[in-house]
Amino acid sequence: MLADAVAVRCAHCGLDVPAGLLDESAERQFCCAACHVAYDIIHEHGLERYYALPEPREQPVRSSGRSFAEFDHPTFEALYVRPAGTRGELRQVELYLEGVHCASCVWLVERVPLMLAGVARAELNVSRALATIEWDAQAIPLSRIARQLDALGYTAHPYRGVRRDAMRRREDRDMLARIGVAGAIAINVMLAAVALYSGVIDGMEAEWERFFRWVSFVVVTPAMIWPARVFFTGALGALRARTPNMDVPIALGLAAGYVRGALNTITDSGPIYFDGLATLIFALLVGRFLQQRGQRAAADSAELLFSLTPSVARVVNDDGSLRDVPAEALLPGNIVEVRAGDTFPADGVVESGLSAADCALLTGESRPQRIEAGATVFAGTVNLTAAVRVRVTQSGESSRVARLMRDVEESASRRATIVLTANRLATRFVTAVLILAAVTWGVWLTRDASVAVDHAIALLIVTCPCALALSTPLAVSVAIGRAARRGILVKGGDVLELLARPSHIWLDKTGTITEARARVIAWNGSNAARPLVLALEAHSNHPIADAFRRSWSDIAFPAAHDVNVVVGGGVEGDVEGQRVVVGSPAFVRARATLADAFATAESVRTRVLVAVDGAVVAAAEIGDPVREDAPSAVSTLRQRGWSLGILSGDARAVVRDVGNTLGLASDTCIGEASPEDKLAVVRARAATGTVVMVGDGVNDAAAMAAASVGVGVRGGAEAALQTADVYLARPGLSPLVELTDGARRTMRVIHRNIAFSLAYNTVGAALAMAGVLSPLIAAILMPASSLTVVLASWRATTFSEDAT
Amino acid sequence: MSVLYIVLPLALVIVGAAVVAFVWAARRGQFDDLDTPSVRVVNDE
Repeated sequence: MLADAVAVRCAHCGLDVPAGLLDESAERQFCCAACHVAYDIIHEHGLERYYALPEPREQPVRSSGRSFAEFDHPTFEALYVRPAGTRGELRQVELYLEGVHCASCVWLVERVPLMLAGVARAELNVSRALATIEWDAQAIPLSRIARQLDALGYTAHPYRGVRRDAMRRREDRDMLARIGVAGAIAINVMLAAVALYSGVIDGMEAEWERFFRWVSFVVVTPAMIWPARVFFTGALGALRARTPNMDVPIALGLAAGYVRGALNTITDSGPIYFDGLATLIFALLVGRFLQQRGQRAAADSAELLFSLTPSVARVVNDDGSLRDVPAEALLPGNIVEVRAGDTFPADGVVESGLSAADCALLTGESRPQRIEAGATVFAGTVNLTAAVRVRVTQSGESSRVARLMRDVEESASRRATIVLTANRLATRFVTAVLILAAVTWGVWLTRDASVAVDHAIALLIVTCPCALALSTPLAVSVAIGRAARRGILVKGGDVLELLARPSHIWLDKTGTITEARARVIAWNGSNAARPLVLALEAHSNHPIADAFRRSWSDIAFPAAHDVNVVVGGGVEGDVEGQRVVVGSPAFVRARATLADAFATAESVRTRVLVAVDGAVVAAAEIGDPVREDAPSAVSTLRQRGWSLGILSGDARAVVRDVGNTLGLASDTCIGEASPEDKLAVVRARAATGTVVMVGDGVNDAAAMAAASVGVGVRGGAEAALQTADVYLARPGLSPLVELTDGARRTMRVIHRNIAFSLAYNTVGAALAMAGVLSPLIAAILMPASSLTVVLASWRATTFSEDAT
Repeated sequence: MSVLYIVLPLALVIVGAAVVAFVWAARRGQFDDLDTPSVRVVNDE
């Protein structure tokens, strides 16, 4: 009795509604309860325009269901909230919001809070997913605002990076101001230069020539004082540390050119190069800015992880009353009460209560774990169903998650500063330039002493590594921008260089290689039995029931009567007059006869038997299927020279099974690995070479931070994705292949750019040594080299659909 | 052509004013977030 499946779309997110969830009596259909709630909220506030926006969301709503009660606590306020408003009557907080991935999120997030009485301001920075909320604490508690956002799918976390942020923001603004000044000066000096060049052929009246030379001198001077200062301080620092960097030749060229130019202007003889200098300062500052910004996003990472444990805990006093204490003040032996929807504030053992906990933080498993008296719980995991009382064993810095986070931080800072290609060139470049300059000066001294200095200076200026300093930041910026449009978000330039050459990749299993959703992967039996199974499983919340529903969402089923759900065994009931039993082999064998056809040997997957009226009629295997693109992605990577392995917390047998499917050797498939184990494995490899860790959960975060490159996969815990160096926004493993290919191509572009720059520098140096480099020729040559590098970076196909 | 002695310094003063305005705006964070305002405009229409 299979009805036709009609594709009905969820009224909120637009995805298909499974047939099993259709409600004929309802006017609108939703794919899940969360979408329904979000839809209602939006209508309640009169914000239906959301659905008319150009970029509608295409992800179902994921809300945590937390109470956010601790957002109202004084400790939270002391840590994260600042006064705001004209008389300090308001409060301001910065919250990191999960689930902000689209433009229409901006519209919703900036409007819904304002609909609540007492909220004065809501502003979202979409690229950092940080919302700034200003509200009147007397009129509305912050937890209510957070719950409203959570119901729409934007789970809020306090943002701890506030102070560090302020400093970085000041640096960025400063740099931008410098660039603006340098640009304005460069343009104006160039105008004066054009005037001077116009007189090159036919000559110019001495009075005007002098005038424009002085104008150039006066206008360029401020550029040397403020914007260019970063290069001088950088060069001085490098000289003191005896490790030359690109700043040294830059500072040399600028200083020599300016001083000589000043002398020539005052004595009114000899060439001036102020226009070249001014443009150099501008272009070099832009290159530096690009580079700094690239490294910026990488440093943002670990912040979010620190907001995983609550700041407040509720302690049970000896007389049974409750008092609130800051979570850091908890001592082992304290009894804390954790309500449904709250996060556990410390590691401990359950004293009383029966509930379920979401331990995804540490196990990667989002299936609720049953907890009762005697069970161990960890700080950072969420208590789901009922209040429990826990005796604290480790709190604050000693809790497991705190120790893990420290590992993450330590790994991130310890990561060796890779000496990148362009930097390695700096040393050789500086030496070569200085030698050439000395040679030029020496040779010309013997031929025509009056121009010797000018020619040496010309050499220093024209070899100024403008294009060279731009080569890498430009190519990297463009590549990162293009990759982002392909759904691959890269956080730093060094990532691309590290991924260009094949090394070793560790893959997490659940959620990365597999879809993290149990499905029916094998079915041995008649199709007529399927509706009967669904009829019974409709009464169960068990993950196996979910698996059936998910796999057969388009099959209609009748109602079941007299249903009995046995925890840990299965379900039995009456369906259309037949007695049906669905459950584990042990459960079913106790209630029905097992034909030989269905008796099979041990399997790593979960087996479910179906019996009708006393006889087994079907057997199903439930498992977490490997993603469709995984096998081909893995084999492509191996073809390119990468070696791969699996690092998973799941059972060893399952992991080896998955490894086999992908063609990986058994000794590289490591199962039952705790977050600490994963970290150790990655660290061991990272000590000797490059290692990449691909994961999706917080239990992968430490390993991802310790790896040379950490890759976060879509659908994972937001906190973990923040630590990753790369985030793959598209599902599956094929973006990983695209990433490595794109990285290789980007390195090729960088090498090409460096080659161009060196070629130009050589030509310029040769002309200078020959004594034919006039300011005009220099003014043409230097921008030409920079333009070539810009164009080469822009036109390169590093990440695009047409790239082979 | 001697008007240049007046006009050029005048032009420089104007440029100076523009630069001051830019530095002021940059320092006050007007250029911090260049992505969100572009998205907001599309949505507001």
